[in-house]
Amino acid sequence: MNIHEYQAKQIFAKYGVPTPRGIIANTPSQAMTNAQELGGKVWVVKAQIHAGGRGLGGGVKLAKSLEEVKQFASEILGMQLVTHQTGPEGKLVQKVYIEEGADIKDELYLGIVLDRAREMPVIMASTEGGMAIEDVAHNTPEKIIKVAVDPAVGFQGFHGRELAFGLGLPKEEQGKFIKFAAALYKVYMENDAEMIEINPLVKTGSGDFIALDGKMGFDDSALGRHPDIEDMRDISEEDADEREASRYGLSYISLDGEIGCMVNGAGLAMGTMDTINYMGGTPANFLDVGGSANAETVAKGFEIILKNPNVKAIFVNIFGGIVRCDRIANGILEATKLVDVHVPVIVRLDGTNAPEAAEILRNANIPNVIAATDLADGAAKAVAAAKGEKVI
Amino acid sequence: MSILVNKDTKVIVQGFTGKEGSFHAEQCMAYGTKIVGGVTPNKGGQEHLGKPVFNTVKEAVMATGATVSMIFVPPAFVADAVMEAADAGIDLAVVITEGAPVRDMQAAKAYATKHNMKTIGPNCPGIITAEECKIGIMPGMIFKKGNIGLISKSGTLTYEGANQVCKEGFGISTAVGIGGDPIIGLSYKQLLPMFEADPETEAIVMIGEIGGDLEIQAAAFIKEHITKPVVAFIAGQTAPAGKRMGHAGAIISGGAGTAAEKMAALEAAGVRVVVSPADIGKAVAEVLGRR
Repeated sequence: MNIHEYQAKQIFAKYGVPTPRGIIANTPSQAMTNAQELGGKVWVVKAQIHAGGRGLGGGVKLAKSLEEVKQFASEILGMQLVTHQTGPEGKLVQKVYIEEGADIKDELYLGIVLDRAREMPVIMASTEGGMAIEDVAHNTPEKIIKVAVDPAVGFQGFHGRELAFGLGLPKEEQGKFIKFAAALYKVYMENDAEMIEINPLVKTGSGDFIALDGKMGFDDSALGRHPDIEDMRDISEEDADEREASRYGLSYISLDGEIGCMVNGAGLAMGTMDTINYMGGTPANFLDVGGSANAETVAKGFEIILKNPNVKAIFVNIFGGIVRCDRIANGILEATKLVDVHVPVIVRLDGTNAPEAAEILRNANIPNVIAATDLADGAAKAVAAAKGEKVI
Repeated sequence: MSILVNKDTKVIVQGFTGKEGSFHAEQCMAYGTKIVGGVTPNKGGQEHLGKPVFNTVKEAVMATGATVSMIFVPPAFVADAVMEAADAGIDLAVVITEGAPVRDMQAAKAYATKHNMKTIGPNCPGIITAEECKIGIMPGMIFKKGNIGLISKSGTLTYEGANQVCKEGFGISTAVGIGGDPIIGLSYKQLLPMFEADPETEAIVMIGEIGGDLEIQAAAFIKEHITKPVVAFIAGQTAPAGKRMGHAGAIISGGAGTAAEKMAALEAAGVRVVVSPADIGKAVAEVLGRR
């Protein structure tokens, strides 16, 4: 789960990670009131969406008067903000964060993620703040300093020194920076974060370090022990269909192809998409029905797949281990009663209780439902059906 | 021969009396697995599925001589269970549970390593030595005895791969579902040399996914140390960047861990890489020159 910048900064503040002062606003007039309350002469109006690259897309503006705050807020609120991370349709901005202006002397980068190879969190720092860190990593990898921290011992002095010397910070700035990094590590560990990114982390004229931006993602499996973070969930940032699917234990992601997929297991679901692609078709979605699929969840799966008007055929590919094929077969029958399945459905059921499942489907004799013998056969039939060819 | 487990392996179940634990323990016993008991705190002294229940793993190990533990406890208790097994001297813990927090697994794995305990999983189908010992949740009937070793991140692709191998007239020596979480126990790099050393295994199928770099590490290892033929499939060639495809591990970010990258590395290491999982069986037949 991801949260907004202003929420990440609330968490930072709790741990003593310095941030500019700011207040969240839902309307232009609220934005102006907030600016007044913050005081000063310069404010930053920042669109709050779950995506990076907001500045380039026009979602971050520097205001030099209260009128400008109001004007920029009214421009940004309600806009479909398009960045390199939102996709071409962009994301609707519903909140703006009004922040005091900062005295920027230097822009750095600081982030923490799990290093899977070392199996511990790694702190990454760079002097190249304010830029896309992926590009820095690609073009000038030597400009990213990486320090892995073993959680068994936690953040030590030498971790901090490696980062500070790596950034070339003078002696008088090292202490403040190390304190900043240590506090951020604590934020990461205590909140079961998956990633934290501060870009830019600014050094002010007076030699202070401030988190000018803040991105946080969390380990979904650990949210149960962080109700305060779960409360920060913004459902308007999540795909409505994906969310509905997850309520039924389904994992759904919409894509832009023509063949709807219903598969058990994430790996086989991806493998099915790959096979469709290999055979000249295009997958319309990723859908993992999980290990406890029943008639209701399968019917729901059909409903969600068929909401997508681009779907020209559906490929149900189930290899039953925990999930029994006869249950899926009953689900398909149920679905045809509940949902108007108006496209050909190619069904491949293998594994536990596959013969019983075949029997159920045969007896039901539903038009539009075509049996496949294996993965290759099913994918080929689905690709042909999506092209409008007759498939039996 | 086989790797890690066989018909003589003594297995206990942590979370023995729970719904999932009971169901799958029973299935494993029906397959022939030597389940010698289980652990559920405060149910020590009882009998379940005809086997003794213990309060602690230590007691269970002392009384039964078990060397492997199959773990079915709820996600929040996985780390505790893994560490208890390691502390009790278990050699191999097979963690089936899905949804254990990453931070917990990090600590549990570090502890297990320190105690020389191997781990498989979490969030995996388990391990099976065909027609001898099944420790996990896979449908046993598709694994016919034979000479192909199988390593897979994905559960259902394990079944798909094994099924194709068997339909081609081959069989499985041992199949290991390693799981697709960000932190897992045994991976390709540790399992490949075991299959290389196993006289029963003639070829190896490895099934990977987008995300992380375990397959890249495997490719480097294969190039240097593996002489047996390897067939590989990497799932997620068509997955869009930045989207999480069910497994926490199956996410591409920053251009790292793409399917194309992994496939190229494996091909360069002499591995027979298939583009569709539907071709796994045929490719095995090809590399063994029986087609």
